[in-house]
Amino acid sequence: MSDAWIYTLVFFSWLAGAAAFVLGLHQMNSPATARRGNQLSAAGMALAVIVTFLWLLTPGNAIHAGGMSLTAIAIIVVGFVLGGGIGLYMARKVAMTAMPQLVSLFNAVGGGAAALVAIDDFVRIAGQPELTVSTSIFVVLGAAIGSVTFSGSLIASGKLQGLIPGQPIIFPGSRLVTALTALIVAVGLVVLVLASAGAVVLTSDVQLLVLGLVVLSALTFGITLVLPIGGADMPVVISLLNSFTGTAAAMAGFVIGNPVLIIAGALVGASGAILTKLMADAMNRSIANIMVGGFGTGDAAAGSATGAGASGGTIREVSLDDAAIQLAYAQKVIIVPGYGLAVAQAQHACRELGDLLEARGVEVSYAIHPVAGRMPGHMNVLLAEANVPYPQLKEMEEINPEFDRTDVALVVGANDVTNPAARSNPQSPIYGMPILDVDHARSIIVMKRSMRPGYAGIDNELYANPKTGMLFADAKDGLTQLVAAVKEL
Amino acid sequence: MNPDLLNALAIFLLAILVGFEVISKVPATLHTPLMSGANSIHGIVMVGAMLIAAAADNPFSYVLAFIAMVFGAANVVGGYVVTDRMLQMFRRREPAKAAPAVEAASVPAGTPGTGTGAAGAAEGK
Repeated sequence: MSDAWIYTLVFFSWLAGAAAFVLGLHQMNSPATARRGNQLSAAGMALAVIVTFLWLLTPGNAIHAGGMSLTAIAIIVVGFVLGGGIGLYMARKVAMTAMPQLVSLFNAVGGGAAALVAIDDFVRIAGQPELTVSTSIFVVLGAAIGSVTFSGSLIASGKLQGLIPGQPIIFPGSRLVTALTALIVAVGLVVLVLASAGAVVLTSDVQLLVLGLVVLSALTFGITLVLPIGGADMPVVISLLNSFTGTAAAMAGFVIGNPVLIIAGALVGASGAILTKLMADAMNRSIANIMVGGFGTGDAAAGSATGAGASGGTIREVSLDDAAIQLAYAQKVIIVPGYGLAVAQAQHACRELGDLLEARGVEVSYAIHPVAGRMPGHMNVLLAEANVPYPQLKEMEEINPEFDRTDVALVVGANDVTNPAARSNPQSPIYGMPILDVDHARSIIVMKRSMRPGYAGIDNELYANPKTGMLFADAKDGLTQLVAAVKEL
Repeated sequence: MNPDLLNALAIFLLAILVGFEVISKVPATLHTPLMSGANSIHGIVMVGAMLIAAAADNPFSYVLAFIAMVFGAANVVGGYVVTDRMLQMFRRREPAKAAPAVEAASVPAGTPGTGTGAAGAAEGK
């Protein structure tokens, strides 16, 4: 076979890989086909990677005449085994509650790889006639966006893991640093474009220095961008950074002229952008507002944040046995799990209670707010892990009309997403946020550790509702005790 | 601009539109696996890392290519395996209550999930 023919075949397998990515993502539309979709996508990736490797081994490949050097082969094989091994180990070991930080970590290394590909190509062609205006644009964009996602995702991951405090971190001048580093990236882009156009004469060393400055500034920018953002906004940030990494991969694809990188990168960039938008909508906040950060520092507490009973009504406590009786003799129960349930790792106890009630003939479903958990859809994963069948997991629009004919709504570790003030009080900072209409149920049991306000720092008037009984307990202990109490009935 | 670049830009635009179209229909239930799945797809930069490794001709380039390769491989393999682990947990009700709930109920975390598809990618070479 001639070299041109071989390249055609390689190109076709890249296209097949790209098609597998699109079809795989498409199959993720439904839980029934999602797993197959992901496997199809993985198969496409394996095909693209293997074929590329074999092609690079052929003497006539367009990248390096005479085939790869032994050093290059060693780099690829050792790099793959090392990186793949680390990735495999972490993916197997991670607890489902720690999923968001792992996804963020994988996102960081993906962004870092994209930046390195762009930088490496620039190192090879800086100062040479091969360096066109368009290439230098894509190099700077790929290196800058990739670096921002690398450092930003590491910070996000650290915040989720608790290595870095979750609350917004704002130091004096941090906004100035953010603005300044963005400016340096922009100026660097202009300088390198002018140099590649021949308008300015720079030696290749100076060009590399400029790119180095751009990369350093972008890394700093990523850090100061994510630090001021509060822990509960991390889902949106991770989603946005995921979108950035896709874009960086596409830019790297432009730099080295590879179609599969461009297609896959654009696909991820676009899908990440959509997800980010969906998430921000679910919190009734603009993406810009989230990125500016500082939410949840307390200055947002336009309502009263003085603690128990401040919203006027009295708080009624309910005993464990009363709660058990209410649940066991109800016809329809909706469980509303929130962040507190995830933190307490109470998903298994929660499922056990649900099963027990179902065995007694109670109709049980789970109301999942779009931002419950620490990343979009995280609560669904946690409950699925605890073997809750997915048809029982109901999304907000689907479940809200059902609260009217529900006997007991059991709220476990959820707060702001059940606050009726979002519907009724235009003064409330969360006014307009779509919430679960828990207060429409005939009776409400709220399991919560204390009267501490939720993330938004405001009181929940649901707790003062005469229909509401408060059950003060850690989600895991409380649910376990409830299970025992129901069993004894 | 040269025709190659123009073609690439056309591909880029169309792929963005496909991304919008494909994702806007996914239910919130699957947002986490979806984000994780999309996350593994951008691991395709590993192909880019292989290409720059092959083209490298100086120690600095080799070092950059090696780091890119490690990062990309971690992204790809880890991403697919973890997505598979999540997705295999999404089930309808088990056939009967008789099916012992041992696998998930008693093991709180780190249930061993073997990703067949992803493992395939891992064994790629």
